Amino acid sequence: MSENILEVQHLKQYFKVRNGWKLLDLKAVDDVSFTIKHGQTLGLVGESGCGKTTVGRTLLHLYEPTDGKIIFDGEEVTSKNITAMRKKMQMVFQDPYSSLNPRMTVEDIIGEPLDVHKLYSTRAERRDKILSLMETVGLNAEHATRYAHEFSGGQRQRIGIARALAVDPKFIVCDEPVSALDVSIQAQVINMFEELQERLGVAYLFIAHDLLVVQHISDRIAVMYLGKLVEVADADELCNEPVHPYTQSLLSAVPIPDPKITKARQRIVLEGDVPSPLHMPTGCPFRTRCKYATEQCAQVCPELTDRGNGHFVACHNR
Amino acid sequence: MSEILLSVQDLHTSFKTDAGIVSAVNGVSFDIDRGEMLGIVGESGSGKSVSAYSIMQILAGNGNISGGKILYKGQDLTTWDEKQMRDFRGKCCSIIFQDPMTSLNPVFTIGNQLLEAITLHTDKKGKVAWDRAVEMLELVGINEPTKRLKQYPYELSGGMRQRVMIAMALACEPDILIADEPTTALDVTIQAQILEQIQDLQKKMGMAVLLVTHDLGVIAEMCDNIIVMYGGRVCERGTAEEIFYNPKHEYTKGLLRSIPNVNNMGKKLEPITGTPINMLNLPKGCSFCTRCDQAMKICLTEQPQESTINEDHMASCWLNIRDAYMEKNGGVVNE
Repeated sequence: MSENILEVQHLKQYFKVRNGWKLLDLKAVDDVSFTIKHGQTLGLVGESGCGKTTVGRTLLHLYEPTDGKIIFDGEEVTSKNITAMRKKMQMVFQDPYSSLNPRMTVEDIIGEPLDVHKLYSTRAERRDKILSLMETVGLNAEHATRYAHEFSGGQRQRIGIARALAVDPKFIVCDEPVSALDVSIQAQVINMFEELQERLGVAYLFIAHDLLVVQHISDRIAVMYLGKLVEVADADELCNEPVHPYTQSLLSAVPIPDPKITKARQRIVLEGDVPSPLHMPTGCPFRTRCKYATEQCAQVCPELTDRGNGHFVACHNR
Repeated sequence: MSEILLSVQDLHTSFKTDAGIVSAVNGVSFDIDRGEMLGIVGESGSGKSVSAYSIMQILAGNGNISGGKILYKGQDLTTWDEKQMRDFRGKCCSIIFQDPMTSLNPVFTIGNQLLEAITLHTDKKGKVAWDRAVEMLELVGINEPTKRLKQYPYELSGGMRQRVMIAMALACEPDILIADEPTTALDVTIQAQILEQIQDLQKKMGMAVLLVTHDLGVIAEMCDNIIVMYGGRVCERGTAEEIFYNPKHEYTKGLLRSIPNVNNMGKKLEPITGTPINMLNLPKGCSFCTRCDQAMKICLTEQPQESTINEDHMASCWLNIRDAYMEKNGGVVNE
């Protein structure tokens, strides 16, 4: 058994977009490769529209990938075996308000994956499983017959997590699971993710735009810009010694809740906006906002290369 | 030399809903000095935005200011009629909203909307007003301003739209700028640009800024003075240093412990237990008592008054009052 639970090789996800009478390729994810080890967390960060959610969804074949390979637990994920694969990999969605069916009770929401994969033999067993899942995520068992609208945001997110855990997966894609929650509730949910990982050994792809949250929960972090990975490294190394100019500016832009630190440091404010993914710059996607950009950057897109210690960077100049 | 520009005194704002009367703001007081950057921080439903809207009197139809005073340069705004308020908005005090996608009118050009603010509140007209609009867009860092003025909001990115909103808010050189979650809908790199912009403009124009946000990071970066709100009441107020390094209210302490920061990386976060309070039935005592580990008997029954910690710092928590008057309140027992 390899040490990686998930290997993604040259994943591409293009969407056809109509622009006037022309059909264009929107390269939401363009040649992305990464690995996740058993029981570890890879954080995926980037600005909105950079393709991080698309990566998560493509892994579970919610979108059919345009190209590339997804190898999960030594087996390639294809559209043929995806139903069986989803017994081992699950997803928690961003918005706890729209990802739960309002017409189903909590019991049925959490029980649905059990039904799909036929994971019980009697009704009583189904109910026992659901109740123990609710206990796992800290929900009161008396609430099993309630509907999603009767719960607060944090509790709904717990229902979503219980649903993902129902099939006993080895890997969960968490797509911005805490960004819709209030600060005081966020910490409860983050702690729960960490506890579940310790107890069940589940691996996460943790997608978020809040770098402090990602740094807290992740073992490794991948930074994405316009459909490409620009830097992948261990969480602390990436946050303390970022190499790629985009990562540097992203980190310096994060407001730190500590007045002395935040007022003392130098912010690298990026000029301009993210280019439209329909009209990608040639060469390196970041060159239009990069202060180190040279001729070479406009012609050749830099590859993700190992700088030692498992620190991968895609940049010609750094 | 500080001068109180706006003084909110014991403000109460409530909303009539089908489920009953919701008291969103319960006795909030604060002062803003000229050129000050004041931050209000709190969770959703803490009443921070409603406090800001009450100043501008732009509450939803079912809401009204049910008590208290809002003094602008000594005059009480709550007694003003609509015409006076219309003069006040834009000219003396303007607001930037959270969502730049929906706060611009999609069927008018940027120029149209920007000129409206200028012609309404100043005596500039025609070419002069147009030049002013161009100048404002340049000021907020939009390139090719003459071209942008002819464009519609959908043609601009989120960051650009928020800049247009800022330009519009500042076009008449108000004394006070209320920024209600100005960067929540934006990405961090764009957020950094906008925050920098607001800081620069404040220095240039010397206005007071009331920054309303839930993001403690943004507050730490921007504000001199901070107000922490919970359940429609002020928990704690003080300078940024006092609030972050010497918090005295259990809610503020919990909030600071529950966010990931440099010191607790790799450690477990300590969340505040329980869920945010239901504004329909506020507890009789301290609004935070249901989630507070240190709650005492008196917390459940009586609202704490603000007590002074030091000259830069006040908190409304019975614990501080108890500590200060230990011998007097000898009967207070920990629950």
